[in-house]
Amino acid sequence: MKKTVDASLAQEFGLTAEEYARVVTIMGRTPSLTELGVFSVMWSEHCSYKSSRKWLRTLPTKAPWVIHGPGENAGVVDIGLGYAAIFKMESHNHPSFIEPYQGAATGVGGILRDVFTMGARPIANLNALRFGNPETPRTRQIIDGVVRGIGGYGNCVGVPTVGGEINFHPAYDGNPLVNAMTVGLARKDRIFLSAAAGVGNPVVYVGSRTGRDGIHGATMSSAEFDENAMAKRPTVQVGDPFIEKLLIEACLELMATDAIVAIQDMGAAGLTSSAVEMAGKGGVGIELDLDAVPQREPNMTAYEMMLSESQERMLMVLKPDRTEVARKIFEKWELDFAIIGHLTETGHIVVKHKGLVEADIPLDPLADEAPIYDRPATTPVVPAPLGPVHAPLSLDAALLKMVGSPDLASRAWVWNQYDSTVGGQTVRRPGAADAAIVKIEETSLALAITTDCTPRYCHADPKTGGAQAVAEAWRNLTATGARPLAVTDNLNFGNPEKPEIMGQFVAAIEGMGDACRALDFPVVSGNVSLYNETRQPDGSALAILPTPAIGALGVLDDVEKAVGLGMQDGKAVVLVGETRGELGQSIWLREVLGREDGPPPPVDLAAEKRNGDFVRQEILSGVVSACHDLSDGGLMVAVAEMVMASGVGCELESPDSGIRPEAFWFGEDQARYLVCVDNAAEFCARAEQAGVPARLIGQSGGNDLILPSGVTISAARLVAAHEAFFPALMTR
Amino acid sequence: MKAAIVVFPGTNRERDMAIALRRVTGHEPRMVWHRDTDLTGIDLVVLPGGFSYGDYLRCGAMAAHSPIMTEIRSFAQKGGHILGVCNGFQILTESGLLPGALLRNANLRFLSQDCHLRVERTDTPFTHKWQKGDVFRTPLAHGDGNYTADQSTLDRLEGEGLVAFRYAAPNGHVQADDVASNPNGSVNSIAGILSENTRICGMMPHPEDLVDPLIGGVDGLPLFEGLVEALVR
Repeated sequence: MKKTVDASLAQEFGLTAEEYARVVTIMGRTPSLTELGVFSVMWSEHCSYKSSRKWLRTLPTKAPWVIHGPGENAGVVDIGLGYAAIFKMESHNHPSFIEPYQGAATGVGGILRDVFTMGARPIANLNALRFGNPETPRTRQIIDGVVRGIGGYGNCVGVPTVGGEINFHPAYDGNPLVNAMTVGLARKDRIFLSAAAGVGNPVVYVGSRTGRDGIHGATMSSAEFDENAMAKRPTVQVGDPFIEKLLIEACLELMATDAIVAIQDMGAAGLTSSAVEMAGKGGVGIELDLDAVPQREPNMTAYEMMLSESQERMLMVLKPDRTEVARKIFEKWELDFAIIGHLTETGHIVVKHKGLVEADIPLDPLADEAPIYDRPATTPVVPAPLGPVHAPLSLDAALLKMVGSPDLASRAWVWNQYDSTVGGQTVRRPGAADAAIVKIEETSLALAITTDCTPRYCHADPKTGGAQAVAEAWRNLTATGARPLAVTDNLNFGNPEKPEIMGQFVAAIEGMGDACRALDFPVVSGNVSLYNETRQPDGSALAILPTPAIGALGVLDDVEKAVGLGMQDGKAVVLVGETRGELGQSIWLREVLGREDGPPPPVDLAAEKRNGDFVRQEILSGVVSACHDLSDGGLMVAVAEMVMASGVGCELESPDSGIRPEAFWFGEDQARYLVCVDNAAEFCARAEQAGVPARLIGQSGGNDLILPSGVTISAARLVAAHEAFFPALMTR
Repeated sequence: MKAAIVVFPGTNRERDMAIALRRVTGHEPRMVWHRDTDLTGIDLVVLPGGFSYGDYLRCGAMAAHSPIMTEIRSFAQKGGHILGVCNGFQILTESGLLPGALLRNANLRFLSQDCHLRVERTDTPFTHKWQKGDVFRTPLAHGDGNYTADQSTLDRLEGEGLVAFRYAAPNGHVQADDVASNPNGSVNSIAGILSENTRICGMMPHPEDLVDPLIGGVDGLPLFEGLVEALVR
């Protein structure tokens, strides 16, 4: 395969004519094939953030507890007692559509590496998934593959999968979203970074061998799909969780020594991006000898090796007198270990193979002159308020329909394929609390972790939707008693070259930024996935709903104070927060009336903070025995979820609110919680003092949910309606 | 009681097991790498859960040929006590230290959920803290936990009382064709078995993950407390 390097090949590699011209100017000559490959992946949307960077910079990233924000492999926050939590969420959307099992599996593998490369033992995985119309066979195939892939990888590496979320919408038919999040734990004085240092220091390759898989994966993820998407299957990587497990243990063993100067996983764009980023951040040059790279197949070219996205590989710079210590550790774990180069003072990346220089690129312009686009963006038009709606179903019929609907039905069929208990620190398993709770071994600390986004809100009003995603994540942490610390964002959007998509992106970031600032909840890491569009047979393109998924982390200083959402017997059930009956974009509107319109519920960030801080303080004082935030489906769905979680029933009181019943019970007003307490009057008095609306709405007990009308639904009947959807769907 | 936890490449529940053992003994168990061959002074060898060698080939098949297994066989011959949980149970069957085999779960999916176990025999070091017929809750997490054996082996296991635990409903009712109580489809709802001398026990569920009220309960604790009492020196 001898290809002529020119503008047309560059275009095939995803570079525009202008970008290619810039490459030629930087090089002062026509680049070699390998050099063109390096430029094309480093300047791909996936690696360069060229459409998003301008806006990402507007997000708040600092707080006294933030140790490392965006720019490192993952975000790092101080959680107390000398420990740091290291976390990030990352998408593997495009590969998961083409090859669901491997796409999802390698998504988990990739995010694990981003976390343990910084010195953390991974202690929890979560995943935020969006699928297309559940009625289509293709969607079921994708669900099956993605769930098996996440389980197949996470279960084998022995990291518990403790939470996540799933939505369905036909907008994801051609572009399912697989956003994987990992949280790791490290001593805060033992964090490893990627900036290379020390001219002459050896560059060491460890892990799996390099094969021809995943070549141009990053480029593939930077373009929309057309009808030939399946032809891109060879760009999908193949994962080996067993090797990853060995790699985790070997790296952590090595990290306990003083051998490592810098370390970076080989993720998107493989050897190219890890070498370029390590040398670039350290302000040094790097020379690689590809003959020394462990190879899985014969006759690989420099171009193939530099662009391979073979999984389970790491690049390290070691102290020269420690290479033998390191080699012994990797030999113990039966992993390849090879010195493949050294750091130089040239400021260039030089790639040698079979006696030839295959690439020689100055690093500064490769990074500094990477394109940045200020793409045109149109301001989204927010829908008009929802007019009066009729209510064709009774409250109880609507409730049963809603709790069994695709977006609200039990996810137990999915969770039960993920090992959520390995490690022995899982305090609250999936579904038991608003956030997963994982203890820090041998301490009183625990982490609360959640992922959240409501794409239908983001589609109707991206700014409010962006703010809501952050607020809901903050609320979910708060509802366990945790102190929210920071977020990682995974921004999934369509084609940014379209002004309306770019407009969604800009507005969503604006909303997220507002919420992060108001809630003192900085963004410490993240990932952007654009071009989530598929060309339809008629030539139009179907874009996903804008989906800025938020992964969030909080800390409980005393794990014993954590509360779950299961209804407790013999308690007063109190609603915290104001209810106006917002039905725009609600689940009720969609499931009962088949309508997806109106504006999403407004997000009052001051009220979020006030109500949440009050609820957390009450939880920590010990008077709250269960707490659940209100979100999809509103008040009655939240009550039902509490009842289903424990089997303890609840008798609801008749609302005296001046709001129509369906709006009162199913409106999705934000900044609300349900709590179980012993003394409602005292609780409400304290709430009033704090300026927080609170009212008694029921008494727990028995095994039935009793509506104000007297209609009774047993917990068992709710559970049956709730649990039917997934098994029925997946055994069709 | 001095316990050793054997770590193979791909083992991943060794830390959970160490927590449980530390809780009942008050000291750290010894972690033994699969290439080591020294079990001197050890009262209990534990083969913990995980995916040794990635579960490639067959679960436990490669680990069964690991260097440490020679020493473990000789430890067993000398009457040593061995507990194999999940992948550890699979390794014990693959190495012939316990009879039978673990097939893919009947629904062909990985299962991670709580189950209930009924205690079938109580005159063993592993089960003597329970009463016969006691039911306890424990998590399970496996893709290949569907116990099977040929008819004569089953007859022998049942005839000699070598079934330690069966999957059961919370009320103790055992019904092998009931997916709710026997989730992986094991023959006779068998969750754990014993060697003839009752000193080797293999089981699929994870009692070591239920030894702390904070983590959801202490249902698994009697197994470990019983071992300490039985093996105290």
